[in-house]
Amino acid sequence: MSILLIAEHNNSNLKTFTLNAITAASQIDKEIHVLVAGNKSEDVTKEVAAIPLVKKVLHCDSSTYENFLPENLAPLIVKISESYSHIVASANTFGKNFMPRVSALLDTSQISDVIKINSPDEFLRPIYAGNAFSTVKSSDKKKCITIRPTSFDPAPTAGGSASIEKIEPVKAPNISKFIKREETTSERPELGTARIVISGGRGMQSGENFKLINAIADKLNAAVGASRAAVDAGYISNDHQVGQTGKVVVPDLYIAVGISGAIQHLAGMKESKVIVAINKDGEAPIFSVADYGLEADLFEALPQFLDELNKLNTIQK
Amino acid sequence: MKILVAVKRVIDYNVQIRIKEDGSDVNTDNVKMSTNPPDDNAIEEAVKLKETGKAKEIVAVTIGEEKAQETVRKALAVGADRGIHIKSDSYIEPLGIAKILKKIVEKEKPDLVFLGKQAIDDDCNQTGQMLAAMLSWPQGTFASKIEQKDKVIEVTREVDEGLETIEINLPAIITCDLRLNEPRFASLPNIMKAKKKPIEQLNAKDLGVDILNRIKLLKVEEPPKRKGGIKVASVAELVSKLKNEAKVI
Repeated sequence: MSILLIAEHNNSNLKTFTLNAITAASQIDKEIHVLVAGNKSEDVTKEVAAIPLVKKVLHCDSSTYENFLPENLAPLIVKISESYSHIVASANTFGKNFMPRVSALLDTSQISDVIKINSPDEFLRPIYAGNAFSTVKSSDKKKCITIRPTSFDPAPTAGGSASIEKIEPVKAPNISKFIKREETTSERPELGTARIVISGGRGMQSGENFKLINAIADKLNAAVGASRAAVDAGYISNDHQVGQTGKVVVPDLYIAVGISGAIQHLAGMKESKVIVAINKDGEAPIFSVADYGLEADLFEALPQFLDELNKLNTIQK
Repeated sequence: MKILVAVKRVIDYNVQIRIKEDGSDVNTDNVKMSTNPPDDNAIEEAVKLKETGKAKEIVAVTIGEEKAQETVRKALAVGADRGIHIKSDSYIEPLGIAKILKKIVEKEKPDLVFLGKQAIDDDCNQTGQMLAAMLSWPQGTFASKIEQKDKVIEVTREVDEGLETIEINLPAIITCDLRLNEPRFASLPNIMKAKKKPIEQLNAKDLGVDILNRIKLLKVEEPPKRKGGIKVASVAELVSKLKNEAKVI
């Protein structure tokens, strides 16, 4: 057995979710080879070679791979996959984009979003947005797996000295073209990876009132989320939606304000480490998942919350 | 232009799922079922292209038990022209589904195939990409905006860092994000009209593709329950707990 892990990077730096995937891979087998496919991505290979859990770095450098188009990347992975038992990547928009292509070309059934490795062929993965966990066993000889990053600790990054092997690019099919990437330039952290998320629900009563949430988000360096009800009511754009049909978040702290706690919302946040609920309805289902519940009118509680935060000498960032 | 839209029948997103007592699967008996939410966006986008004269025909396809036909019927009520229902009483993995869809694509020869980006039951997020690979077609996954430009289509994709724009050749696969559009409701007259639109029925077994599952479902269980929390009396107490007890701020 040996593992081919696909590194996510921006041609200069390794993306941290790759480190979580490496930890997961190390629980399958110790022979981990990492593919760095990119353009002028020399620096990334050095970073990967220094990760003690990595045994070998495969480096394929070509303009073909500059933007990680799955149409170009998948044939390369398939070509070098022969000697590997497992092909592993992160279950984020990077891994989700190309891995099923690899899996289809290899005629193997992919196992998505693995949160626990039971054995080299048995895995735990959430279904129904985390409302159930399924244990699955794969009978494919070669397994394509994506790893939910938040379920594994990042691998240590220093002290290793893996060999770096150059590999040849594969002819690209030339059916897709990268145009541009617009990174979200919000001052606030991204909803999916923020350490703290504060969300508002229908109880906010208007989009204007979200300024109360925003002020606290700025103070805590938190991302702003919302329930589907708040999005449907037009208070906030739908890229803020947390829930089964929106984003699934697992921050250290999740603050639900004026959110009753519909199933569809709970599915998107109940794995958060610490949950706070502020709601004036003491019977709201959100309290059943909250570590700290405050039964209060949010229009009084939020300004007080900001005042209390302002009194603190230090706030973790 | 001809568009194929693949739709899936799933447990309605508002239903609290129940796990069977023997832990073999999630219970779907007597549970409200609906079209997978992003599949509604897929239908909507196809209908919009037809309304602007860019698409001539929309074919909606589903794979599943007899009742899965309801999702095709709904697509017809919203604006699809005809339907295909591939019958299968048992669960088929995304790999098998993609193989079946490939057969349909080879027969129907669409210029575009729309699918939802992910089904909210098994959460696999695979079918569209697999179908694209099997056909050697390009893919625009997690699409929140598409614009047709002659022989290519420009797709704006929702990625972790923000937005990515790509240009892909036709024919192509598009998997739809919820942000792509606002799905419409079918009007009563259109629901009545949809009843007269044709749905072709085929059996998954008769298509000559390998749909044998490779993954065995050993167990389905409840996620670990959260420990019961406490109610705090004031905002000051809350902030103090967060700072000193939970140590998260």
